Amino acid sequence: MSGTFVGMPAFPAAAREAVGDATLRANLRHATHTIRDKRARAVAELDDWAALREAGRRIKDHTLRHLDTYLVQLEESVTAAGGTVHWAADADEANAIVTELVRATGEREVVKVKSMATQEIGLNEALEEAGIRAYETDLAELIVQLGKDRPSHILVPAIHRNRGEIGAIFRREMAGWGRPAPEGLTDSPAELAEAARLHLREKFLRAKVGISGANFMVAETGTLVVLESEGNGRMCLTLPETLISVVGIEKVVPTWRDLEVFLQTLPRSSTAERMNPYTSTWTGTTDGDGPKTFHLVLLDNGRTDTLADEVGRQALRCIRCSACLNVCPVYERAGGHAYGSVYPGPIGAILSPQLRGMGSEIDRSLPFASSLCGACYEVCPVAIDIPEVLVHLRERVAEGGEVVRNGARITVRPAKGHAAERAAMRAAAWAFRRPGVLRTGQRLASGTRRLHPRRLPGPGRAWSASRELPEVPRESFRDWWQRTQGGPAEGSTK
Amino acid sequence: MRVALFLTCVNDTLYPGTGRAVVKLLTRLGVEVDFPMAQTCCGQAHYNTGYRHGAEPLARHYAEVFGGYEAIVTPSGSCAAMVRELYPRLGARAAAEGRGGELARVLAPVVPKTYELTEFLVDVLGVVDVGAYYPHRVTYHPTCHGLRSLGLGDRPRRLLEAVRGLELVELPGAEECCGFGGTFAVKNPDVSAAMGLDKVRNAESTGAERLCAADNSCLMHLGGTMSRLRTGIEPVHLAEILAGTAADTGGDIEEAGV
Amino acid sequence: MSSRERVLARVQRAVGERPESAAEAYVREVPRTYLVEHGARTTAETVDLLAENLADYRALVHRTDEEELPYLLMRLLAEAGPDTVLVPPGLPPEWLAAADPVRLHDRAVSTPQELDRVGAVVTGCALAVAETGTIVLDGSPDQGRRRITLIPDHHICVVRVPQQVVASVPQALSRLDPRRPLTWISGPSATSDIELDRVEGVHGPRTLQVILVE
Repeated sequence: MSGTFVGMPAFPAAAREAVGDATLRANLRHATHTIRDKRARAVAELDDWAALREAGRRIKDHTLRHLDTYLVQLEESVTAAGGTVHWAADADEANAIVTELVRATGEREVVKVKSMATQEIGLNEALEEAGIRAYETDLAELIVQLGKDRPSHILVPAIHRNRGEIGAIFRREMAGWGRPAPEGLTDSPAELAEAARLHLREKFLRAKVGISGANFMVAETGTLVVLESEGNGRMCLTLPETLISVVGIEKVVPTWRDLEVFLQTLPRSSTAERMNPYTSTWTGTTDGDGPKTFHLVLLDNGRTDTLADEVGRQALRCIRCSACLNVCPVYERAGGHAYGSVYPGPIGAILSPQLRGMGSEIDRSLPFASSLCGACYEVCPVAIDIPEVLVHLRERVAEGGEVVRNGARITVRPAKGHAAERAAMRAAAWAFRRPGVLRTGQRLASGTRRLHPRRLPGPGRAWSASRELPEVPRESFRDWWQRTQGGPAEGSTK
Repeated sequence: MRVALFLTCVNDTLYPGTGRAVVKLLTRLGVEVDFPMAQTCCGQAHYNTGYRHGAEPLARHYAEVFGGYEAIVTPSGSCAAMVRELYPRLGARAAAEGRGGELARVLAPVVPKTYELTEFLVDVLGVVDVGAYYPHRVTYHPTCHGLRSLGLGDRPRRLLEAVRGLELVELPGAEECCGFGGTFAVKNPDVSAAMGLDKVRNAESTGAERLCAADNSCLMHLGGTMSRLRTGIEPVHLAEILAGTAADTGGDIEEAGV
Repeated sequence: MSSRERVLARVQRAVGERPESAAEAYVREVPRTYLVEHGARTTAETVDLLAENLADYRALVHRTDEEELPYLLMRLLAEAGPDTVLVPPGLPPEWLAAADPVRLHDRAVSTPQELDRVGAVVTGCALAVAETGTIVLDGSPDQGRRRITLIPDHHICVVRVPQQVVASVPQALSRLDPRRPLTWISGPSATSDIELDRVEGVHGPRTLQVILVE
């Protein structure tokens, strides 16, 4: 993924910093709570929401199961419509393909529509190395790019910034990238949007190469679909002479008709609108309208490895709406950067460790970055059971097991840092099969209750730094039961 | 009707008062309660922390201990959800690992007859007014597994609304997680504490004297936060409210104006 | 091995054996139990809903008939005050019969910079979706190339009601031709990127006027 995330600390440490940042907390709380209620209203308008959600889930599962067939069909359709299809097994290959395609045009700059896939592979950095400047044109991406920042949300990468901070970034940085911010620019959102319009317009009008992702690709027709709000997408998709779209292979759907599900569920789940302001669809190239040359780069980069995991593969259903981020109490407090990936929040916690493998500390910590409250699963428009996958990935960390990396099946060992926990879990499982042992432990705890400290040293501090410990009662329930209700003598359990 | 009480390891060890309350409540409603002494733990902590294989023997143990009862009642939403939602998954995963359907078959009998307390009261016994008296201002936190895994809906609220003397006040942001999350509380202590703190501040804003929930693990986290902050709000398990009667408090139902 | 072959082979290993073809499985596995249309409405009510939803997302909605259309367009263009109005090649000439501004016809050679100097554009549409308040352009002669409805700051779109109005997204998709480049427009350009709150007016036309013509 993007080089900017290399060397991220594990989630708990990164989250600690965010929890202590009052401005960040206020920004995230304000933004996520604003959208939460709106989403609920937009969804409630459709009384067949459950059926749409189920259809979305089934379409995606079906497509994933026959992904090879649909990718080949897509390739044929796009080629027949005048496009050229490229295949990239990983990020480096995708970056090399795109860089070469841009070089071949002779251009030194490109305009970009917000795209998670190109963020994931670090395309901007790769282009920069080749001397090609990539201009982000989505407002939030522009804020991130101008602020030399990292994205912290799938839909709104600058969600961690409030209007005051955005105004300051525009006033300070715009001049270095092109047209400066207007004199006397205030922090009003309307003025900030106007400043972005003016700043980017000259870039749109002269652009010769556009780079995009896509929300959907239709196998039967070869059509690509981009949903957006601002019009920067339309600019990048229609004004340049060359269009290069980098799209994850899981974005394919079988038929044109399948869009009727996702064009209803995606806008309501993401921006809480009945429909987003602009949706563009294109099939190859059209004479006299839009780019003369169209390249589609199909990106694997860990997706087929994810597909090989029968529990984890449901993460590939994701349509990047960000509803799970917006309802997540952990995301709201930890912020997007703590997830150390372009995919933050609950979906990021199951997607990043699968796409990247669990070789790094941050990726091994992400499956634990959840209280398993289930709010994410409840709002997911394609019914990804995120808690189920989180627990499944925890198992990979704690117990090890078989995974597929770069197409090869390998066995991973349990993570080192979990040795003490593993021993404790084993001991507990042993004791819990022997009620007598449990009782002895309870009696020991009750007998020493006066001696229990109020605050614990070492790892126990994680609890007692913010919370009192529960007081151990004089008598466990089972002792009380046996004493008063004449329950049966403690049964032997083999 | 003879039912088994699955109290859970946490309640057995740390919150025996909740167990006594369930026994008192169910007995008052004419239910014969048994507490199988061989019971221990459902395996939830193992499963959710990534030790699925470690949870399997505990699930088998649960099935063995409780298999013979007509119904199993537990005053814990998350442990009930473990049995109902995750035991079938344990069986399915074992089968996917090439171990056949044996585990699924062993666990299957206890899955449908395990009830969270409020489900048992409202759905099986068909009661909403359990004849309780509890003269306090109470706010209710619906715990995540009760709310989203089991779908308890308004059952706890209906039970509370029927309690004499009780003034139920709406908890802002009620459906948001309290931040306990089992081992999450110690693996991500800062986020966990921040979530707990926000929940406690919301409870304080209601002016309630008691913060009620149907799961003591969440209450352990919230209660520990409240006593550290000296809020003066007491955590209380729903069962303890429903078990209370005028005789317990010396209060007079008529005077309470209900 | 090419990357194409490598990716396809990985997919096959990941999903394993499949007893039936994708086409066979698709029919069985994808349920269409959701609604084709939300609620039962008369044709007139569907048109009303379109007007309501367009307005809800800040499109300016006008209703008129064939006879009055040229005068309404004259008035709207006069109020907006552009010197020039861009016209796609197949726009019915009578629509602008009464209008004053200079008509510019889009030509293949029109550069983005030239289009940026135009005040307004008038087009027809392929259809409109009532439930979502959406107009869809498909590049037909009365709508022109995609860029002409993008660069000018003021877009006036004429919808023939009721024949161009559908109730829902599923109905819209079944009437549209995927081979044509489509633009779905729901209100003027907007963004939610500042504090996740919607603000109108970024890169696309900041004024969208929709005329429903009976």
